[in-house]
Amino acid sequence: MASFQHSVSLDAHKCIGCTSCLRQCPTEAIRIRDGRAVIRTNLCIDCGRCVRVCQHKAKRAVFDRISEIDPKYKWRIALPAPALYGQFDELNEVGDLLQALLELGFDDVYEVARSAEIISECTRRYMRKPEILKPVISSACPAIVRLIRLRFPELCDHVLPILPPVEYASRAAKQEALLQHPELKPEEICTVFISPCPAKTSYAKNGLSQTKSTIDYVVSMTDVYRRLSGKLGKTKSVTMKSKAGIAGVKWASSGGEAEGLYSDRYLAADDMDNAIQVLDAIENGKLPALEFVELNACPGGCVGGAATVENPYIAKARLLSLKHKLPNYRNYLKVENKEPDFIPDDALVDNPILDYVPPERLSEDRLEAMRMMAEIEEIYELLPQIDCGSCGAPTCRTFAEDVVKGECRVEDCIVLLKKKLQEQEEQL
Amino acid sequence: MAALTFHYDVDGQDFSSAGEASVAVKKKLRQLGFPSDVIRRCSIAMYEGEINMVIHANGGTADVLVEPEKITIILEDHGPGIPDVELAMKEGYSTSTEAIRTMGFGAGMGLPNMKRYTESLEIETEVGVGTKLTMVVKV
Repeated sequence: MASFQHSVSLDAHKCIGCTSCLRQCPTEAIRIRDGRAVIRTNLCIDCGRCVRVCQHKAKRAVFDRISEIDPKYKWRIALPAPALYGQFDELNEVGDLLQALLELGFDDVYEVARSAEIISECTRRYMRKPEILKPVISSACPAIVRLIRLRFPELCDHVLPILPPVEYASRAAKQEALLQHPELKPEEICTVFISPCPAKTSYAKNGLSQTKSTIDYVVSMTDVYRRLSGKLGKTKSVTMKSKAGIAGVKWASSGGEAEGLYSDRYLAADDMDNAIQVLDAIENGKLPALEFVELNACPGGCVGGAATVENPYIAKARLLSLKHKLPNYRNYLKVENKEPDFIPDDALVDNPILDYVPPERLSEDRLEAMRMMAEIEEIYELLPQIDCGSCGAPTCRTFAEDVVKGECRVEDCIVLLKKKLQEQEEQL
Repeated sequence: MAALTFHYDVDGQDFSSAGEASVAVKKKLRQLGFPSDVIRRCSIAMYEGEINMVIHANGGTADVLVEPEKITIILEDHGPGIPDVELAMKEGYSTSTEAIRTMGFGAGMGLPNMKRYTESLEIETEVGVGTKLTMVVKV
């Protein structure tokens, strides 16, 4: 895990050490040290909430830029996430948008929504397997998958062992390019995902469990938006047509993936706090009747990602308006195997076992951990317990933990300091 | 070393906060590095107990004693007590009202689950006085 590459970073010049991100971080991964935010990489899940709440634009999502694509790639394929379709007010046909992408310099476009349809079909097949643990938890949101690995060890086996649509799309797009253009070598083809969030960047860089990603570049939707809006509707001849159905496009907003399973025993929750509550409930066995759980780190689902432009509800409404222009499904799994629960290997993750990474352990030695915990409780009782964040920790409890870990001193609590000064003043 | 102890007051008026103590304990056990199945069993047993106290007894207290080899959970309330413990231990038996069932609680699995997920469950109860449950999860 030491080599895990994160996609949320800090611009130290812009950070003034305010507490906005500190309090909002769902995994308490941020501290303010020497007047600047510091991200604890072992706890960060790249959800991007700090990017969204930072008023000083100091928290940045790390993306590739189109201009940085290596010239060795002769065939560049754009992989637009379905959330992109909801960003534009003036979008009449999805084809217009795909055409505009070509004019940005891409050689082809492969819609991720197409793969979402295939993954829906694979998931329906997977749900028929008798031996699986339920509820099955979606593997599409990388921030959620990482959260489960860090905090919900008992739920690792519930995560759907099927590739997220974007990965399936990258592989399918490369295969299709090789078939259509036999003159190309595999190493001359690259896929460029147009992403609504930083978590997908971490996915492309780190893969999922043992599965390596084939996505070569991840660019931000915000970045592409600016370039696209100038071109949209102004292209002379539109040759591109959408090959996706609305079922795949709907994955962009919360509930879209679960809806595609044709079951009413599902739950779809969005935003980190809701997702954590749902995972706690599943771990306590409180949701036995559920078949499937779709969780999205961002409010509203991918349309609420930190790299989107439009308000998530507006984007969702636009996606729904595409319903009249697109058929429900357009992409189907082509398999000869007649077993109703058969899933082709190319849709499965290489190693379905998600490894649990315990980041919260105080010490490897349990007795030492217990001694530290006792000390934490003692210090916590002394603290004001108002979670003001002035010490640089998100809560008084995390501050007490940091003190015991030797990262700061009790004197760093300004509320205690003020009390002490007042006492001294009274004595004088 | 002496056991680590944690004390929680379980608010009887508030269904929405029911389960908060078990989530807090889960986090502490993770920090202490207990195996995940131990954490899960403690969490489920404690959660069921918390919910029971909210449904039947207008709240109560939860005390957790953590020792290297075992975790003891003591739940105490001043509720109506359990008239027939054997019956209450039956899966699916419930005295919950319809209103509580519609909230997704009261399936009659509380005590059976607590027994299933712990090494021992001791029930001290007196009608009209209250109930004290002592559960032990061994590591």
